[in-house]
Amino acid sequence: MSWSCSNYLCLSSSSSSSLVNSNELTRFNRRNLSCEYKEERRKDNDLKRPINISAYNGLKSPSYKLDKAQRRKEHVLKKPNNICAYYSLKPPSYKFDALEPYMSKRTLEVHWGEHHRGYVETLNKYLSKNDVLYGYTMDELIRVTYNNGNPLPEFNVAAQVWNHDFFWESMQPGGGNLPILGLMDQIEKDFGSFANFRQEFIESALTLFGSGWVWLVLKRNEKRLAIATTTNAVTPLVWDDIPLLSLDMWEHAYYLDYKNDRARYANVFMDHLVSWNAVLGRMARAQAFVNLGEPKIPVA
Amino acid sequence: MALRTLATPKTLGVLSRFQQQARGLQTFTLPDLSYDYGALEPAISGEIMQLHHQKHHQTYITNYNKAIEQLDDAIAKGDASTAVKLQSAIKFNGGGHVNHSIFWKNLAPTSAGGGEPPHGSLGWAIDQSFTSVDKLIAKMNAEGAAVQGSGWVWLAVDKELKRLVVETTANQDPLVTKGPNLVPLIGIDVWEHAYYLQYKNVRPDYLKNIWKVINWKYASEVYEKECP
Repeated sequence: MSWSCSNYLCLSSSSSSSLVNSNELTRFNRRNLSCEYKEERRKDNDLKRPINISAYNGLKSPSYKLDKAQRRKEHVLKKPNNICAYYSLKPPSYKFDALEPYMSKRTLEVHWGEHHRGYVETLNKYLSKNDVLYGYTMDELIRVTYNNGNPLPEFNVAAQVWNHDFFWESMQPGGGNLPILGLMDQIEKDFGSFANFRQEFIESALTLFGSGWVWLVLKRNEKRLAIATTTNAVTPLVWDDIPLLSLDMWEHAYYLDYKNDRARYANVFMDHLVSWNAVLGRMARAQAFVNLGEPKIPVA
Repeated sequence: MALRTLATPKTLGVLSRFQQQARGLQTFTLPDLSYDYGALEPAISGEIMQLHHQKHHQTYITNYNKAIEQLDDAIAKGDASTAVKLQSAIKFNGGGHVNHSIFWKNLAPTSAGGGEPPHGSLGWAIDQSFTSVDKLIAKMNAEGAAVQGSGWVWLAVDKELKRLVVETTANQDPLVTKGPNLVPLIGIDVWEHAYYLQYKNVRPDYLKNIWKVINWKYASEVYEKECP
């Protein structure tokens, strides 16, 4: 669950055991992108490369024994104690072709590799110029730059970085089917039945004008699930609700696969892509903040 | 209400009163392009033109027709809340139809004069307001690239002030939402569906290339009508 963790240390903030995995996956995915693309990335930002394996565990400052590649880079030698942590581009936890045929490899390559990456890079550029904003965690940054409805320019990029991370985690290969356990109970309680919820969700997706997102949120005040739609980069975080599931209805999310057939895209997402496990986990975590009532304990 | 005024010029003919459901409601059909889908290559691919025209524009028209039928019903029944609720659908789909109709006329293949810079009074007015056509193009490209999400970027003339302005609108909002006296001369669709298949997320490239097929003749005609 990364919705309340910010991605520090230039690599993902997940536990150290999975750090190596996500690093490998980054390399795997990168291999699949074109060569010049790789070169450009490598040239640009060696903060993305691990300085030292031991730097993961316990925030030790990097030793002066840099590897050959880094010894060549002057500015790493010049400021060894000055670690700047910007946001990193976290890859999805599945391979790009794992969502075929529902979301093609090409879509993931462009959506993640170009759109999402562009947002991250722009965000880092903004943050390198603004110390105050740099100091915020991701959630705070989104709320602050939203400025109560009058968003600052950093809002769009920050929110889109968060939104897309959330979106990749909302999907999984072999997804779809039905939610399980407490999530199913809660959906049935708040929407009547899963079919009702599904229909409402898809209807919201189709009646959304322009670019935006469709969310399943847990409303803090009303202590229930609800469906919300937002335009452009807005996220339910700004009005303090807890998002559980999102669907990207920007055209770039589906155009390569479905052209203008939004209905099919929304249905396919519901049937084959959505990761109810992730949603269940998020809801379980949200229950630490929102009291959803007594659990149903069967009476003997 | 605005709908009735939109519909009346077209219902001047007696026959149109007996069209459709014989209730005087003029519905809209997809206007044809005056050039082939592939005629705007390589600036805009034929695939994009076909999808854009036959799928997207058609959808706007279909939904617009549905919305104005429902609006007509609601007004006839005196159902104010439904009438107001339909306004966003009408603004979106109707705006989409209006904007795209202008857009098709704004484009022309290079063989038919697309990309040729404007002469006459429009060219002179551009030189006055923006120093040169190139500066104008740079400004429109910058504003178009800065549009968040979906929208349009326009070159418009203010009827009252007789001035050229560059404006952007969000989603399918028609230009009049930015000013009641604005008449669109050139509109560029920066919704992702207008360029995604060819340019992916590189909107600046699309904006740079589309000027090669912009039909300045049409813009000049509209300008001369408004500012003789």
